[in-house]
Amino acid sequence: MAERPEDLNLPNAVITRIIKEALPDGVNISKEARSAISRAASVFVLYATSCANNFAMKGKRKTLNAGDVLSAMEEMEFQRFIAPLKESLEVYRREQKGKKEARKDKDKKADSEEQDKSREDDNDDDDERMEDEEQNDEEEVDN
Amino acid sequence: MGGERPGPRRGGKMAARLSGGENRLVSLPLSRIRVIMKSSPEVSSINQDALFLTAKATELFVQYLASYSYKHGRGKEKNALTYSDLSHTAEECETFQFLADILPKKILASKYLKMLEKEKRDGELGKCDEEDDDEDDDEAVDEAVGS
Repeated sequence: MAERPEDLNLPNAVITRIIKEALPDGVNISKEARSAISRAASVFVLYATSCANNFAMKGKRKTLNAGDVLSAMEEMEFQRFIAPLKESLEVYRREQKGKKEARKDKDKKADSEEQDKSREDDNDDDDERMEDEEQNDEEEVDN
Repeated sequence: MGGERPGPRRGGKMAARLSGGENRLVSLPLSRIRVIMKSSPEVSSINQDALFLTAKATELFVQYLASYSYKHGRGKEKNALTYSDLSHTAEECETFQFLADILPKKILASKYLKMLEKEKRDGELGKCDEEDDDEDDDEAVDEAVGS
């Protein structure tokens, strides 16, 4: 399972945007600084994952869950993230629920004409849809 | 487009989020975050909420690292965030110390050579602060050569 180096990096454009949002208007970011923050972010993911995994193992679970990640934040001394994370999680869960229900409705209307239209809409949600499917696979395997 | 989804970019953050506008709930791609997480050998599987939280936490982290470094940077530039601001943060702030190895302080080769010479001379003379050096620049100051 060899990842190429670029696979462990996060997209530059997104990182740059997030940085810009955090700084006052008009502040420049050197290319070197941006690249360094991007690497730091990847390291953060690894560190958080490792930490969260310890909590999962303590709980004798093989699947990392939300609680593990939140415990990891505490452990890593990023308590300040916990409240906003919990808030976002609520919104995310509602969104996911909404999507699932929308999909169920689409499936019900499985009459030929409806199906073609639905497929066009689905393409726009490609990214997030893929995540759902991948995750579902994960969960099944684990059970 | 249209169908059952709310229209894109029509008033309200919620609509923009659902259609992936700039106010989306998370900007970092979950698929990429997942690749990084899975590169960790001990990890078997990741529940979707955990994946989302990790991505979101990473965004918060980027914001925190950037704003903290900008505020506390010893950089001469007020209108820029530089690498040295970041490495300074990694060195000085405990919360960010896990980054110290990947954000090492930088030093000009010429300064490094000067420091080596100085060390050598100190070793021979057994003295410390006799040299008149102008190593006041950020980059050189914190490096302890040979440590």
